[in-house]
Amino acid sequence: MITATELSKKYGENIVLNIASLEIPKGQSFGLVGNNGAGKTTYFNLLLDLIKPSTGSVINNEIEVSKSEDWKPFTAAFIDESFLIGYLTPEEYFYFVGELRGMNKVDVDTFLTQFQEIFNDEILGKKKYLRDLSKGNQKKVGIVAALIGNPEVIILDEPFANLDPTTQIRLKKLLRNLTKDSNATVLISSHDLGHVTEVCERIVVLDKGEIVKDIKTSEETLKELETYFSV
Amino acid sequence: MIKYFLNFEWKQFFRSSYWQKSVALNILLGFFALYMILSFLVLGVSIYPILKKQFPDSDPLLIVNGFLFYWFLADLVMRFFLQKLPVMNVKPFLVLPLKKSKIVNYVLRKSALSFFNFLPLFAVIPFGTILIFEDYSVATALVWMLAMILFSLIINYLNFIIESKSAETELSFLPIIALASGLFALNYFEIISFSNFVGAAMNSIIENPILVLIPIFILVGFYFANFSILKKKLYIDGSLKAKTQIANTTDLEWTRKFGSIAPFLQLDLKLLWRNKRPRSSIFILAIGLLYGLFFYPQKMYIEMEWLYVFIGTFVTGIFMINFGQFIPAWDSGYYKLLMSQNIKYKEYLNSKYSLMIIVSILMFVLSIPYVYFGWKILVVHFATLIYNLGVNVYVLLYAGSFNRKKIDLTQRAAFNYQGTGAVQWLVGFPLLLVPVGIFLLPYFTIGFEAAVATLIILGIIGIVFHQKTMAFISKKYVSSKYKMISAFEQNN
Repeated sequence: MITATELSKKYGENIVLNIASLEIPKGQSFGLVGNNGAGKTTYFNLLLDLIKPSTGSVINNEIEVSKSEDWKPFTAAFIDESFLIGYLTPEEYFYFVGELRGMNKVDVDTFLTQFQEIFNDEILGKKKYLRDLSKGNQKKVGIVAALIGNPEVIILDEPFANLDPTTQIRLKKLLRNLTKDSNATVLISSHDLGHVTEVCERIVVLDKGEIVKDIKTSEETLKELETYFSV
Repeated sequence: MIKYFLNFEWKQFFRSSYWQKSVALNILLGFFALYMILSFLVLGVSIYPILKKQFPDSDPLLIVNGFLFYWFLADLVMRFFLQKLPVMNVKPFLVLPLKKSKIVNYVLRKSALSFFNFLPLFAVIPFGTILIFEDYSVATALVWMLAMILFSLIINYLNFIIESKSAETELSFLPIIALASGLFALNYFEIISFSNFVGAAMNSIIENPILVLIPIFILVGFYFANFSILKKKLYIDGSLKAKTQIANTTDLEWTRKFGSIAPFLQLDLKLLWRNKRPRSSIFILAIGLLYGLFFYPQKMYIEMEWLYVFIGTFVTGIFMINFGQFIPAWDSGYYKLLMSQNIKYKEYLNSKYSLMIIVSILMFVLSIPYVYFGWKILVVHFATLIYNLGVNVYVLLYAGSFNRKKIDLTQRAAFNYQGTGAVQWLVGFPLLLVPVGIFLLPYFTIGFEAAVATLIILGIIGIVFHQKTMAFISKKYVSSKYKMISAFEQNN
C-alpha cells in the first residue's frame, strides 16, 4: 500500500530521516516507535506531502504523493492540533471533513453514533467551539474525524498521548477492529511501548532517522523493545 | 532581567520567518517613518516664521498653544490606529522566579521608547530652539518643550488604557472615534472650548514653571493605572486565555447554491463571524461605505473627478483589501489539515474569490445613493468596481502566495489587542493609488469618458481571463506549499 524508497530528509547537514526501503502492505496495522528526534513525525509528514523529501519518494497505492494529489481521497490523518479548526463546533468540523470525503450530514451523524462511548457526552451538542475543548477532547475529535469516510490509509501521530485511561483502552479496541473489519492500513506512532505492541502487528523502531528494528509482533516483542530502549 | 527581555524580543523579531520574507515591507515601513519625520521637521521649522508673517501682532507661541488641543487629539487617534501595544509573550515567564511587577514595568517602560513618542520631538525641538533665538527666555522654551514631551507620554499611556478597555468591546475602534469626535464637536461648536482650556493651561505652565508638576502627576497617575490594568491580566485565566464562548450553530444551507465551493464558503463565513480579528473587517465595511461622505459634500472635492476613483476603489474594495491581504494566513492555524485533505487549491481559492466579489458588488449597490452628489460619481464607482473585480482581486490572491505570517485567531498572545498596525494600511495604498494613476493619464489627455472606459476595459480583461489567471495563481500556491506550511507552524 505504502512504499518509501531511498527516502531521506535533510535540514542543512542534519539528516533527520533516511529510509532505504520500507513497504507497508494493505491492511497492516503498523507501529512506529523511537525516542524524540527519531524521525517519526517527519516520516508521517512526508507520507502526507506536508514536507518535501530531500531524496527518494513515497508511493501511496501506486500514486507518488509529491507528484499527484490523488492519494488524498483515500488517506486520512491526525498529526496534531493544527489539524483542527478552532472556531468550529465538533459537529461542524465533522460535517466539513465528511463533506470533503463525500458524506452528507445524515451519513456523518450515523457514523458518529458508534463513538458515543468515546465521546463520553463531552463533545457532541455541547455548544462549544473546538478551541475551548480540553486537549484530550480535542484529540478525540481529531482521531474520529480521521476515521470519517472509511479511508484506506489512516495515519495517527501519538494517538494515545493526552487521552484518559478509559479512552486509551477504547481506542486500542477501535484501532484493532479497524484493520480487521474494513481492511484499512493503520499507521500509528507512540512512546508507549505497551500500547503499540497491543495494537500493531508490525513495529518498526527508528533511531536518528534510521530503521534499526523491524519486528513482527509476538509475545516477546514488548520485552524485546523494553530491553532495546532501556540501554 | 531587562537585558534578557530585550534579547528575547530581538530574537523573536529577527528569527521570525515573517521578517526574513518581507524585507521589502519593512523598507516600505522605514520610508513611511522617514516621511513622517520629515513632515514633522518641516512643521517644526516653518511654523514660527509663518505665524509671525500671517499674524504679526500676535505671539506665535500663544497661537500654537491655542491649537495644541487638536494636536493632542490627532496624536491620540493616530496612536490608536497605528501604535501597537507592546506585545510580549508573558506566559513562559509567569512560573519563573520573577516579580510580576517587573514584567509589567518592563512592558510599560518599553512603550515609552516607541517611535510615536519620538515623532513629535521632530517638531517640538526645532520650534523650541527657534523660540530661544527669538528672544523668549531659555526657561520658557525649555519648560514648553518639557511640557510637550510630558503630554506626549501622557497620550501614550492614555492610549493604552483606551485600547485595553475598548478591546473588550465588540466594535473596538468605536469608543475612540466616538470620544474623539465628541470632544472635537464640543470644541468646534464652542459648547466647551477645550482648545482654550488646553491653551490656557499651557500658557500658565510657561509663566509658572512649577505648574509643570501637574502633567507629571497626571503621567504618573496614568502609568499606575496601566500598571494595575496589566498586572490584573497576568493570569492565564485572565487575558491570556480566550473566554469560552457559547457556540451558535447555523447550517448556512443557502451556500449550497455555489456548488463545489460551498463547504469553503461556509468555513470562511464562520471564520469571519466567529473570530474577533476577521470580524473587525466586517465592521470596517460600514466605515468604508460612509467614507465618501467626508469628501462628496464639499465643493472643493466634488470638482476633482479623479478623487472619485480613489473613493470608489476604497468603497468597493475595502473588504477585499482587509480580508484579501491575509489569504491564506486566515487559515494558517489549520493549514496542514487543508493540505492533507481532499481539497483542490482551485476550489479553495475560488471560494475566497467569490466571497470578495460578492461583498464588492454589495458595497457598490449600497453606495448607489452617492449618485445624489452627481451621476459621474456613480459611473466612476461602477468603473472601479469592475477594476476591483478584474484586477485587484487577482493581485491580492497572487500576493497571498507570498504570505508567510501566521495569524493566531485564538489571540492567546497576551497584550495583543489589535494584531494589526500600520503595515495593514500600507499594503492597501498601491491597490488604491494604481487605479487613480491609470485613470489620470487618459483623463488629462482624452477626457473623462475615456478614463472611465480604460478602468472598465482593464477590469473586463481580467474577468475574461478568470480561469487562466486562477490556474496560474493556484500553481503559484502549489509551488510555495511547503514553505507556507513550515512558516505557518512558527508561532511568531
